Amino acid sequence: MTGGLSVRDLSFDYGPKRALDAVSLDVAPGRFCALLGPNGAGKSTLVSLLTRLLVAPKGDIHIAGHDLRRAPRKALAALGVVFQQPTLDLNLSVRQNLSYFAALHGLPRSEVPGRIDAALDRLDMAERADEKARALNGGHRRRMELARALLHDPKVLLLDEPTVGLDAAARAAITAHVHDLADQGLCVLWTTHLTDEVRDSDALLVLHQGQILHAGTTGDVRGDMPLSDWFLAQTGAPA
Amino acid sequence: MSGFWGVTRAIVGREFLRFIHQRERFIAALVRPLVWLLIFAAGFRAALGLSIIPPYQTYITYETYIVPGLCAMVLLFNGMQSSLSLVYDREMGSMRLLLTSPFPRWWLLFCRLFGSTAISILQVYTFLGIAALFGITLPTLGYVAVLPGLILGGLMLGALGLVLSSFISQLENFAGVMNFVIFPMFFLSSALYPLWKMAESSPLLRDICALNPFTHVVELIRFLLYLQINLHALAWVVLSTILLTLLAVWGYDPARGLMKRKG
Repeated sequence: MTGGLSVRDLSFDYGPKRALDAVSLDVAPGRFCALLGPNGAGKSTLVSLLTRLLVAPKGDIHIAGHDLRRAPRKALAALGVVFQQPTLDLNLSVRQNLSYFAALHGLPRSEVPGRIDAALDRLDMAERADEKARALNGGHRRRMELARALLHDPKVLLLDEPTVGLDAAARAAITAHVHDLADQGLCVLWTTHLTDEVRDSDALLVLHQGQILHAGTTGDVRGDMPLSDWFLAQTGAPA
Repeated sequence: MSGFWGVTRAIVGREFLRFIHQRERFIAALVRPLVWLLIFAAGFRAALGLSIIPPYQTYITYETYIVPGLCAMVLLFNGMQSSLSLVYDREMGSMRLLLTSPFPRWWLLFCRLFGSTAISILQVYTFLGIAALFGITLPTLGYVAVLPGLILGGLMLGALGLVLSSFISQLENFAGVMNFVIFPMFFLSSALYPLWKMAESSPLLRDICALNPFTHVVELIRFLLYLQINLHALAWVVLSTILLTLLAVWGYDPARGLMKRKG
């Protein structure tokens, strides 16, 4: 697979404890893939490996065709990330936060203001550009982080439980927006333990105790059961 | 290459912005050495007789003696505080943001180190300025000559902070850093008393002081302030900087580093 995200046989241990066990997955461009797993399933470990905060001794990760082990710079340049923890500098304005990120990604200086305007515009945040991040509410902060993750035109977008701490309206808005991005051709991996964020047409991966239990299209996988009940039956954890 | 320059400017610039937003930190960083200089040294000057040792050519007051040590203390505290903010940063996620940049990790860490060193140096010069207002002055050219020593010392202590931050997992542990790193490093050095004085009490302690890289930062600064180069101290500081920087890069290596424990 060239454009999307591909993981082969990825394992990772914390000392004697196995966190991920031979995980393989593929997400095609234009696909929204939900990675569903209860707490402690290994989602955070997988995200750390995909973002190269950790490196696994075994297994391969390809991002937009670039091998994360052999060509980390190209692979990371093609990846946009929204972390579970807030990563904004609250004392800086929205624009300063985005400029900082643009520089970290080596975007040409002349392009940065235009890209920031476009990214904020896409998320209806244009009028907030000069506000301090501290002044934004939780939903707007998340939207800003999403705008930031798209600043360098990534091919693959990774979101790690992006709706944690948001109210229902903000959750729905951000979930819908990212689905739109996938429809426009982006490859999206969305980790969550909340089944109501997953649509029937989405690709679904169920991660449990470090292994992929199920992979397929959500509607097919869950059959006639509501996803939350099906998920509970599979993992023994309330969704 | 323009990307490398851009990322440097951004990281250093962010350090400055953070610094500007933390005015208490700046004031605390100034008050600390001034308390030592204006209170401790005043009370202590009678207790400690100093003979003429290089680089000094005349008798000096105790206040004059401890100025280089206090410059190094500013670098030390700032290096450690920067390590504290890295622990904090990491918990806040912005270290993640930094480390997922496509630029090489050692370069990102170096930029960060350079940014915090630049801020330390700003604090040192402010301290020297206030000391001068109180009549504790140094050779005029010494203020310029000391700059390379401050950069090198700042990098060394900043690298030490980075190394510590890769092994410390919780914010509260800064108290431990104070007890087990800052105080021993500061007191087991030539910052407050010349090593020959220490030798009068205990040759063993003198030997420990002589091995302490912080002593050599102090001496490097002391000699440069008087327009001399202490090659022995320079060699120690350069060596320590290289070793600590390598250790920091190792500590942050994704294949074995700190994130492993933190998940």
